[in-house]
Amino acid sequence: MSSALTQPSKFKSWYRKNDIAITPWLFLLPAVLFFATYVIVPIGQSFWISFHMWDGLGEKTFVGMDNYERLLGLGDQKMDRKFETSFWNNIKWLLLYLLAIPMGLFIALFLNQTVTGIRLYKSLFFFPFVISQVVVGLVFSWFYLPNDGLFDVIMGWFGVDIRGGVLGNPNTATYGIIAAGLWPQTAYCMILYLTGLNSVDPEQVEAGRLDGAKGFRMLWYVILPQLRPATFIAFVVTIIGALRSFDFIAVMTNGGPFGSTRVLSFFMFEESLSEFGFRMGYGAAIAVVLFFIMLGFIAYFLYQMWRDEKEGR
Amino acid sequence: MFQKLTKLTTALALSTAVAVPAFAELSGTLRITSDMSNPAPRAVMEKMASDFDAMHPNLSVELTVVDREAWKTQIRNALSANAPDVVNWYAATRMTPYVDAGLFMDISDLWNEPEMAALASTKGAMTLDGKQWGVPYTYYQWGVYYRKDIFEELGLSEPKTWAEELSNCQAIIDSGRKCYTIGSKYLWTAGGWFDYINSRTNGYDFHIQLANGEVAWTDDRVRATFANWRQLIDMGGFVDDHQSYSWQEAMPFMIDGKAAAYLMGNFSVAAFRDGGLTDDQLDFYQFPVINPDVDYAEDAPTDTFHIASGAQNVEAAKAFLLYVTSPEVQSAINAGDALGQLPVNANASVSDDKFIQQGFDMLSNNAGGGIMQFFDRDFPAEMASVGMEGLQEFMVFPDNLDDILERLEDARQRIYK
Repeated sequence: MSSALTQPSKFKSWYRKNDIAITPWLFLLPAVLFFATYVIVPIGQSFWISFHMWDGLGEKTFVGMDNYERLLGLGDQKMDRKFETSFWNNIKWLLLYLLAIPMGLFIALFLNQTVTGIRLYKSLFFFPFVISQVVVGLVFSWFYLPNDGLFDVIMGWFGVDIRGGVLGNPNTATYGIIAAGLWPQTAYCMILYLTGLNSVDPEQVEAGRLDGAKGFRMLWYVILPQLRPATFIAFVVTIIGALRSFDFIAVMTNGGPFGSTRVLSFFMFEESLSEFGFRMGYGAAIAVVLFFIMLGFIAYFLYQMWRDEKEGR
Repeated sequence: MFQKLTKLTTALALSTAVAVPAFAELSGTLRITSDMSNPAPRAVMEKMASDFDAMHPNLSVELTVVDREAWKTQIRNALSANAPDVVNWYAATRMTPYVDAGLFMDISDLWNEPEMAALASTKGAMTLDGKQWGVPYTYYQWGVYYRKDIFEELGLSEPKTWAEELSNCQAIIDSGRKCYTIGSKYLWTAGGWFDYINSRTNGYDFHIQLANGEVAWTDDRVRATFANWRQLIDMGGFVDDHQSYSWQEAMPFMIDGKAAAYLMGNFSVAAFRDGGLTDDQLDFYQFPVINPDVDYAEDAPTDTFHIASGAQNVEAAKAFLLYVTSPEVQSAINAGDALGQLPVNANASVSDDKFIQQGFDMLSNNAGGGIMQFFDRDFPAEMASVGMEGLQEFMVFPDNLDDILERLEDARQRIYK
């Protein structure tokens, strides 16, 4: 009986000696385990699959870099045109989606006042972010309908006629979808800035006012620097939002007309999981390319956060 | 072709007449996963399952109905892990991935049963690598559904030749309407147009060679097809902005009388009737002849049942397939108040709906060239998706043809390796 008692105490003393080193790992363990199972390992598998030809059912055939050569046009091949279109559309999304940040800031500044019923107005402005992206996409695709759509009617007043409707014309379709995406994204940025504005130090504003700052100079030199954390988060969520702009495209154009609104994530889905897809190797190769593009941004954000934390200390 | 098939039917019937039905005592559970999720098909499927269940006291039938669109991607998972016994799918090349992966069961022995002789006309569509992989349960014709009242108002009759077709179309355009409505947002509707113009220009055999990747897309005969198609496009025969509409969204043009006709499958009739068109206003004609040297070939997609290779209750599954294809069940499920389509069994009775009657007559007596399953079922999946995208682009920007054909040819060389 005595031996049974001594053993746990032995363990206890060993743990007590090392608890500062061990405890954090114990707490991290579940997260690390799940992150590895559901994120790290699948990333590795995607890399592995991208070197194969595979229909998702039968045997995989190893093809080395073939998928990448076809996708990126390495060697004597031409670059896959679908990839080219998707890539440039991704760039358009990234750049234009950032408009959500200044627009969100503007609306936040506008709403940041004390008027009766301001809470109601705020929630109305936030509304588009609450409803599903699929619904937003549907509403906008009706808005853009040729002939009957409200947008087409309004453009008709100015004598502008977009051939095929906004979403039916390969030159305008992507911009039409981005505009639809901006609506909820702006609301998201607005809410971030509204919370940020709550924490703006009134004394600093007062001091700035005494020094004669007002209007734009007040905004630029006094308010905005204090909103930097909010801007940073808004930037992060907008970039991520732009890169995973899948739902809007699937609902509004399904990649069309003639594939002109594809982005990389949609292209990946189409090749690997859609009705006519199941080319898993090629889809995985697209996923890997998208992964490296995202990695660029993520590395930048991590570096930025690390620098901010160092400054904060 | 039909005569040939009838001969084959008789031969088969004679040779196997001695066999007796081998499925007297069925027991256990029969698990069916069906994609017949639309209201009418769903009712049909549920009735078939419960009737079959009642026929065999020791057998219980478990039916799962999956959304038809979702099933197109879900079937892979369903077949690979804990597969049901019987599943729905489509005929022809569409079966290839599952046959190649060994997920469908070879049921050639079932096709040797005497009862199956009456299905001989569909045997080709169920055959890959010389074996049969499933049974059909329904099919439907494609063709031109048109507004009879508009044709009468303009003094037009159903066109038999391409010249008549073009002059009809000109008359319709001159009256301020469009000849054809189409919604090409989801691409496949353009595939139907290509099937018809190509098979009428170059014949069924050429069309199937193209589907099998044996002919280049840049071939002059393919260009001839597009040149014929372009005549209709250039004269403004199709509704504008069709790339923004689904096939349903394109229907109001015809219902409102802004367009005179629609090249569609017979499933559209129900939608036309719901939209308020009466049978006096709506009629059907076979796609006209373009090249008098080639025989009529028709699109008639076939829907099918298959046994999973991982099936637990193969006996019951085979018995169910025989049950589904039997003349009585075929007559019942394809009747006007059920699926409203064509029965696959030659001994089944055809619904007296005028469109089904016309379709049956057309496919039995006037489709000597052959039966196509439809662009996205005859062509391999990847070729079909690249192809239909090109067809849609052609319909909007016919000037891009050279570029489109080059792209399709690139894809062909890669896909059929």
